[in-house]
Amino acid sequence: MSRQYATTLTVASRRPRHLSFLLALIGGVAALLLAHMGHAQAVSAPAPTPNKGDTAWMMTSTALVLLMSVPALGLFYGGLVRTKNMLSVLMQVFVVFSLITVLWCAYGYSIAFTEGNAFFGGFTRLFLHGTFNPADGSFSLAATFSKGTPLYELVFVAFQATFAAITCCLILGSIVERVKFSALLIFVVIWFTFSYLPVAHMVWFFAGPDAYTDAAKTGAVNATAGFIWQMGALDFAGGTVVHINAGIAGLIGAFLVGKRIGYGREALKPHSLTMTMIGASLVWFGWFGFNAGSALEANGSAALAFINTYLATACAVLSWTFAEWILKGKPSMLGAASGAVAGLVAITPAAGNVGIAGAFAIGTLAGLICLWGVTGLKRIIKADDSLDVFGVHALGGISGALLTGVFNAPSLGGPGSVQDWVTMTMGYPGIATQLFIQAKAVGITIVWTGVVSLIAYKSADWLVGLRVTHEEEREGLDISSHGESAYDY
Amino acid sequence: MKLITAVIRPFKLEAVREALTEAGVSGLTVTEVKGYGRQKGHTELYRGAEYVVDLLPKIKIETVVGDQHLEAALEAIQQAARTDKVGDGKIFVCAIDQVLRIRTGETGDDAL
Repeated sequence: MSRQYATTLTVASRRPRHLSFLLALIGGVAALLLAHMGHAQAVSAPAPTPNKGDTAWMMTSTALVLLMSVPALGLFYGGLVRTKNMLSVLMQVFVVFSLITVLWCAYGYSIAFTEGNAFFGGFTRLFLHGTFNPADGSFSLAATFSKGTPLYELVFVAFQATFAAITCCLILGSIVERVKFSALLIFVVIWFTFSYLPVAHMVWFFAGPDAYTDAAKTGAVNATAGFIWQMGALDFAGGTVVHINAGIAGLIGAFLVGKRIGYGREALKPHSLTMTMIGASLVWFGWFGFNAGSALEANGSAALAFINTYLATACAVLSWTFAEWILKGKPSMLGAASGAVAGLVAITPAAGNVGIAGAFAIGTLAGLICLWGVTGLKRIIKADDSLDVFGVHALGGISGALLTGVFNAPSLGGPGSVQDWVTMTMGYPGIATQLFIQAKAVGITIVWTGVVSLIAYKSADWLVGLRVTHEEEREGLDISSHGESAYDY
Repeated sequence: MKLITAVIRPFKLEAVREALTEAGVSGLTVTEVKGYGRQKGHTELYRGAEYVVDLLPKIKIETVVGDQHLEAALEAIQQAARTDKVGDGKIFVCAIDQVLRIRTGETGDDAL
């Protein structure tokens, strides 16, 4: 099934099919509107209320994604830098996560998940306006992927907030150990606004299954959806929106911020692979919320996403480990942890969109492809992508996005996707067709985030300069940027 | 009196300490150090980045013994720290002019 999200209660989209939801929000006014529009049958149907199991699962998933960012991503990244920069990495993750959460609730959610044009949403949910009505204690509802199965919109807001926040945190792995803290924050605000939000809108926004009531109006409802959604691209939990988006932004950053002092000449060794292992494991744990939560319901689709997230990751750990063992001589802990992240990244767009065969294949391939990404490909690119955001997230994301198109095929054990939202009919357009759609979605995302990243880094550079001074970098960002040190022993 | 400084393999510390105790040495100072000699370093591989580690971790022990205990102490360290492979370490000996126990003010051999 396609995975695209929508609010159903934007002011701009008060169409008759939403009236049942509106009842919950504006009570008697709805009846007047209903009479005016002549859809009397909607009155008799009781307004659907969110299922308590779904609500509990989605709030749990939201907290899980927070865990996979702060602390998990922070520890994973932090362990990979030198001792003198440990706190700077933890601090960057902590503050960027918080900053994006605030921006998300201020305007991000509205631009990403309300109806606007095919690239940007509208402003009807600024500061989450209209999600809770204190006058009657009612909450607005958001669509899921099933008819008549709404979710509290505030839960959806929070769940998606964590996605936006972790995506921005992923980027900083490319530019750690030398980026200026103020420049990072400026970059992140611009990039979030002009790359994350439109890409999320393009890939995930649609009016929701309840909007499709009549085959004759399907075209009109489709036209309100995001640009990439309309193409029929499949992205369950963010292969394009999260990983390609962040991975390309990271690579551009590695080029523009430049190499760390001593790169290629001095040993820039990880200071604690123990923390990296703890971080990677917690990332795996939190990713169940990320992927299985993206089903938006506690249902079969979530179950499929759950086992795929579990299995593909284990496959990638093994494929990376054994390939490294054979090619480099020793199976390393860092390799196993990197393999886990590679598998998680690649299965993200596929999670609920492929079957078990897909999880085996995508996980195994992701470990091999990303191992090449951080060794062979990295040497060709010649950028100091310090923690391999491009090699793991962009490359894993691209692989996952394309393979999703292949293993979505029912002939390969996949569930197919919804072809008709009126009747909820599943189908599959054929491997070549779906793969081409996926490739277009990948291409659009790469170009979009590439251009926005370039502008955002240049803006930050112009405003405050991208790098700390030579002396500050030598001393370490913990002392020079934050005035503290990570360890005292 | 002689100061014995020995650089040994880290995992040999316990064996050396026991051997010195048997040889009548009553005190020891231990420091974790890094260094290089004839033993080659090793390479470490972190994803695509390969680093040659030249400075290897060793343990440095220091003890002062009376002249009459010197040979026994050197023998004890050498036998205990030895693996017959490059990297077993070295022992340095030098003369000590004076020793003073802070608590009692004793000097010379009495302070050891």
